[in-house]
Amino acid sequence: MTALTARVTEPAPPPPPDARTPKGRGIELTLLAGAVLISVLGHLYVGLADTGHLPRPGGRYAGGLAAAALLAHLAVRFRASYADPLLLPIAVLLNGLGLVLIQRLDLATPGESGAGDQLRWSALGVVLFVLVVAGLRDHRALQKYAYLSVAAALALMLVPVLFPAVNGAHIWIRFAGLSFQPGEFAKILLAVFFAAYLAANRTALALTGRRIFWKLRLLPGRVLGPILAIWLLSVGVLVLERDLGTSLLFFGLFVIMLFTATGRIGWIAIGLVLAALGAYAVGTLEPHVHGRVDDWLNPFASIERGEGPGQLAQSLFSFAAGGLLGAGLGHGQSFLIGFAAKSDFVLATAGEELGLVGLTAILLLYGLLVSRGFRAGLALRDPFGRLLATGLASIIALQVFVIAGGVTGLIPLTGMAMPFLAQGGSSVVTNWIIVALLVRLSDNARRPRPAESAGEGAG
Amino acid sequence: MIRYIRWCAWFCALLLLALLVNVARVQVWEAAAYGANPANKRPAVQRYAEPRGEILVDGKPVTGSRDSGQLLRYERTYADGPLYAPVTGFSSQTYGTSFVERAEDAVLSGTDPGLSAFPLWYELSRGRPGGGNAVTTLRAAVQRAAYRGLGGKRGAVAAVEPATGRILALVSSPSYDPGLLSGTGAKVKAAWRRLNADPAKPMLNRALRETYPPGSTFKIVTAAAALDSGVVTDVDAPTETPDPYPLPGTSTLLPNAGTGCQDASMAEAVQFSCNTVMAKIGVRVGLRRMAEAADRFGFNDDGLRVPSWVSRSNFDTDMSPDQLALSSIGQFNTKATPLQMAMVAAAVANGGEIKTPYLVDRTTRGDGSQVRRTDQRTLGRAMSPATALRMQELMVKVVENGTGRNAAIKDAQVGGKTGTAQHGVGNAGTPYAWFISWARAKGAPQPAVAVAVVVEDASAVRGDISGNGAAAPIARAVMEAALSTR
Repeated sequence: MTALTARVTEPAPPPPPDARTPKGRGIELTLLAGAVLISVLGHLYVGLADTGHLPRPGGRYAGGLAAAALLAHLAVRFRASYADPLLLPIAVLLNGLGLVLIQRLDLATPGESGAGDQLRWSALGVVLFVLVVAGLRDHRALQKYAYLSVAAALALMLVPVLFPAVNGAHIWIRFAGLSFQPGEFAKILLAVFFAAYLAANRTALALTGRRIFWKLRLLPGRVLGPILAIWLLSVGVLVLERDLGTSLLFFGLFVIMLFTATGRIGWIAIGLVLAALGAYAVGTLEPHVHGRVDDWLNPFASIERGEGPGQLAQSLFSFAAGGLLGAGLGHGQSFLIGFAAKSDFVLATAGEELGLVGLTAILLLYGLLVSRGFRAGLALRDPFGRLLATGLASIIALQVFVIAGGVTGLIPLTGMAMPFLAQGGSSVVTNWIIVALLVRLSDNARRPRPAESAGEGAG
Repeated sequence: MIRYIRWCAWFCALLLLALLVNVARVQVWEAAAYGANPANKRPAVQRYAEPRGEILVDGKPVTGSRDSGQLLRYERTYADGPLYAPVTGFSSQTYGTSFVERAEDAVLSGTDPGLSAFPLWYELSRGRPGGGNAVTTLRAAVQRAAYRGLGGKRGAVAAVEPATGRILALVSSPSYDPGLLSGTGAKVKAAWRRLNADPAKPMLNRALRETYPPGSTFKIVTAAAALDSGVVTDVDAPTETPDPYPLPGTSTLLPNAGTGCQDASMAEAVQFSCNTVMAKIGVRVGLRRMAEAADRFGFNDDGLRVPSWVSRSNFDTDMSPDQLALSSIGQFNTKATPLQMAMVAAAVANGGEIKTPYLVDRTTRGDGSQVRRTDQRTLGRAMSPATALRMQELMVKVVENGTGRNAAIKDAQVGGKTGTAQHGVGNAGTPYAWFISWARAKGAPQPAVAVAVVVEDASAVRGDISGNGAAAPIARAVMEAALSTR
């Protein structure tokens, strides 16, 4: 921290990408074929486990998935030819596995079919992926829309307050039979805003302010204002919409990006203190959140009261039933979780039917996706791009941690969608846009230097 | 900034590690505890996911399974519930299992490792073989004859094949339909409450789990003990017994129900059921030898499994002579299950050797191939072969020209013994009517069936007549069925 000045103003030239680096499109196509194959086999296996013969729409399913993957691949091949070859296959595989798990849970809930809708949303997600990859030639174009983004994000988050609460949370908009969560889209917009704001103000944030204790500095109101506003926003989301997960995500995202921009541990400290205060206040005062904390501390309390196992207890039973190798697709009883088995608790089905082995593989896939995001951030040369890549990767990482940690009893449970895996249209679409942005960022990062001038200013 | 991005990446890696460690904790280290939590429905869901194996009588299933469409999918059904209830017991999703349903649960529910030729394969694939079947030793015609004979009156019948120990009939009356308890829900709970509150105790398996004073039927044990111990060497010799007989050491006089017992021989005493003579003989045999004889017949043994456990039949081992006198005629603290008394008849019929009674002949896989077979075992020797031969002659006389004429069967040799057991405070209760017997078809080398019948609420006529009147006709019907379906 003594070399703070030097570090913040560093020109930060990344090592020039090797001009002979293979573009990796062939690798991507091969991996995509594997991802489609695994998903189709999963689909067939679920059909076999249920009825004893192969599902009839199996061919259509395979064709649709392969077509979507091919379309996305072509968009990348022609419009982002230097992009990281791992991003798209991981997204396709996770989305395909999600469809398999939802299809499997549909069998246990004859009244509610979710796989069809999820498939349509996934198709829409792929279309948006193609549009973003093809339409956005340079990520730096987004920098110009920072304040428009934050305004749109605020609007999106405030709208659901006007709609009736669903399951205790004001996060849904129901319109013409469709329901979606605007907060999902707000994540991207906020990441864009944070990246732009911090790229512009990071010097001021890192250096100004009176030093109050050791390395902690008090910031001038001009810089601190927006930060406090974000904190209030997070708490507002929590109080008005009772959405602990999104609140936690926004706040975590902001702290991470702030730290990345300024490198000041002080921000982490302030963030943690504010988070702790907010969490304590809400955890004590808000009954909905308070109940979640109680569940986490003692998941079997409802059993001891004679009311049967609660959702978290059922989720833990589900994971435990999977053991090391899992019961096999279609052979578990994760539907006992009941409500939200296909969305928030979809990971329990993966845990029960694919076992610790399968679950670890899925979590490692997320880890790989996140690491490729960070890698793009490391290779990029502009602060906005770096911050945006870091932010998007962190969104995925935090989201996975919050919901996976929640359903396995590591942290209090908060409603949040497992990226790509969980049922939920807005979530799937948003995740496809995130992956599209990461593809764009990694393309710019890996594009050989000579091509840089040509690509600049485009989009 | 590069450095801070790396830090963030490491932070995310740390979160991932925390997730992985936690998942391993839940799925491996704590998995068994979660699996064993009583609120976890998975074991039950899995248990009822496939139709349960069947219980077979005469090669035909007397059970079935019904797809309830519920979470616990298959419910037990019973083709002839009340008839076979003392054998099958119930298999309830709410109240567990009983009798053969319990004893052979591992095979019926499909968890028995013997059901698969490759148990390890099922362990790996987490699949389960279908449930296996339990083949009983029952014979439907014999069982039905016994059930019809009791006709809803409180009582029980146990019939065994003396040479093998196979149980041919096991009836308890009044009975109940175990199918009422199969599922879950309010109706099942109401049925359970109603059956348990019923004063007639329909769920009590009287043949195996109720002990009654055996009354005069116990005189077979006393007579065999007297012959084996040499106390009586000539069954036709007068015993110089007064009528009534003063119980030793007391002024209480023990009467007889009929006349002609004064100074009767042991043969006459058995034939006409003389309390006085048999009480005196019991006292002469002595406590130690009487208790040993009773033990040899299977009394005082609480380890009998058929494969369901059987209540302990009792003969006291610490008594005064007057108590021994009463015990020797099946009163005082002497108590026996109907199955125990069938074993007494079977011991006589089988030359003194008691075969261990058993109800499940073998268990099979779904395709009929055998999983396990119950070995025929010898429980012990109750009396010497010579004594058994004498006892056979005495018991035949009871039926031919004694108190048990109602049990006579044309073209068959029948040996029997009536009994009427006083019970209740001051012997005020309606006496239990007993009949134990065995039958050999003409020309057959050995008796094919031994049976014990007890009727709790026989007609109020006292004396040995009630054993002959109420119980002997049932025994005859059972023996006829056993001989004709041979």
